[in-house]
Amino acid sequence: MSFWNDPLKIAADWLMGILTGWGMPEIAAQILIGFLGIFVLVALLMVLDIFLVWVERKVVARFQDRIGPNRLGPWGLIQPFADIIKLIIKEDTTPGGADKVVYNIAPMLSMMSVLILWAVVPLAPRIIGVEDLNIGALYIIAAGAIGTLSIIMAGWSSNNKFALIGAFRQVAVMVSFEIPMLTMLLIPTIFAESMGLNAIIEAQDIWFVWLAPVAAVIFLIAAIAELGRAPFDMAEGESELVAGFNTEYSGMKFGMFYAGELLHAFTFGGFMAILFFGGYRFFGLEQVSAFLAIAIIVFKAFIGYWIIMWVKYTLLRIRIDHMLGFNWKFLTPLAFVLLMVTALMNALLRDTSTWIYVSGMFLSNVAVGWIALEVARAYSRRERQKVEGAKKVATT
Amino acid sequence: MTGEQIIFILTALFTLGSGFMVVTSRNLIHAALWLVSALFGVAVTYALLSAAFLAVVQVVVYIGAIAILFIFAVMLTRKDMRDQGPQMNSNWWFGALLSVLVFVGLFFLLQGWSGMSRTASAIPAGFDAISELGDALISPDAYVLPFEVASVLLVAALIGAVYVAAFNRK
Repeated sequence: MSFWNDPLKIAADWLMGILTGWGMPEIAAQILIGFLGIFVLVALLMVLDIFLVWVERKVVARFQDRIGPNRLGPWGLIQPFADIIKLIIKEDTTPGGADKVVYNIAPMLSMMSVLILWAVVPLAPRIIGVEDLNIGALYIIAAGAIGTLSIIMAGWSSNNKFALIGAFRQVAVMVSFEIPMLTMLLIPTIFAESMGLNAIIEAQDIWFVWLAPVAAVIFLIAAIAELGRAPFDMAEGESELVAGFNTEYSGMKFGMFYAGELLHAFTFGGFMAILFFGGYRFFGLEQVSAFLAIAIIVFKAFIGYWIIMWVKYTLLRIRIDHMLGFNWKFLTPLAFVLLMVTALMNALLRDTSTWIYVSGMFLSNVAVGWIALEVARAYSRRERQKVEGAKKVATT
Repeated sequence: MTGEQIIFILTALFTLGSGFMVVTSRNLIHAALWLVSALFGVAVTYALLSAAFLAVVQVVVYIGAIAILFIFAVMLTRKDMRDQGPQMNSNWWFGALLSVLVFVGLFFLLQGWSGMSRTASAIPAGFDAISELGDALISPDAYVLPFEVASVLLVAALIGAVYVAAFNRK
């Protein structure tokens, strides 16, 4: 086992040797190394987060036919640091009548709910935060619950009606979209026969997106809603609510929400890659070196992040009742039916050859999605006729 | 004292302290938030017992759903978040008596139980708690009946809620 295959273990053993050599008891050294590992991971994520601000601004600019930040450094790369300095030296305001403690805890919880997600992300075959955690898929939902809590805390403690309305909307979105998301997390679980994210990746000799394309799309929609990004960003709704739940936050506290949102989007790009696109696997390249595996998963996460941005800057904001109706009347039933069909097909096709299994899964998945779309289309045509009278649409 | 015991004592103190704050805090939202931290303490206790699945379900169900529901209910039903009236009513001595009796009863019951002084046997390597749990929930000689009864109850509650919400509008 060389350094290039399992760098973390080698580094930990090396540190362990030094620390015990200094006369430190083994258990204390272990705890110290554990904390050091967490610190390094979080520090790398925060540095990545700084550049995500730049990536996001550059990509928006491209989608909107602008150039984006281009003054500071090559391609505006130093711009985020200027932004950070600005955020830090801004006045730290607290609105009158705000609930001080809750107001200050909320941004921290928001950032934390994103960072703890990385505890279960397998970065390479042997670089995993918590090893053998066989409930990784559920853990994603649990971290989302803490994010929901932070938003309602922020909205309520600001003592501002716009903030409170924004928080209500966001919580309504998150609580309802959690259901299709959790259901879709169960589909890779069925394929991999484990909830652990590493086991899910290792089971993907064929990417799960080929087995369940509709499930991947539903997961993407639910993830975008969970992130509170356009078209599901009525929590911010700057044309009606100023800035939603973070209206009253200034300086670095606002920065925490903003950076948390960007990192959250990137993280869900990563989860898309892990659950449906093979995670760190890419034609056996991940076995060559752990660093190559990390590069592959970061690249795939960036593609997922780019798709989320693409959706955000292309679509318009949906009205809240439409969005809740879309979730409860279309997405949730579809997700449940899809889960049942997948479980049934899995039981039927389990012992057949790989090709029959994959094509059976793919066809049943697409069929369910197609039927659902047809039902929705017939329903909306009927509704439209009720409103417009029996007027034909371009039939003559 | 091992590290695990220290963590357990800290968690227990945190949970009990949060629970105490839930009932004494005058601001209802603060009470709900203290409840969240008490529930989180319980989740940590599950994690200490190597019951990772229960710990995560505790966070998903209790913090993600029930506590949020509490906060919503408080926000939608109260105009003023501060509770003005006295925090005890005239029956406080009866409640105190009952809780002391229950505590003493449980204390002596657990004192007499042989499991109290035994150390837990180590979990064998490769033991998959979550699939054992799944098997137990659907095997006929374990918990399939309570499991199905609970799900029928939940479906009944769901249909009832939909009925009340959808057909009671006059």
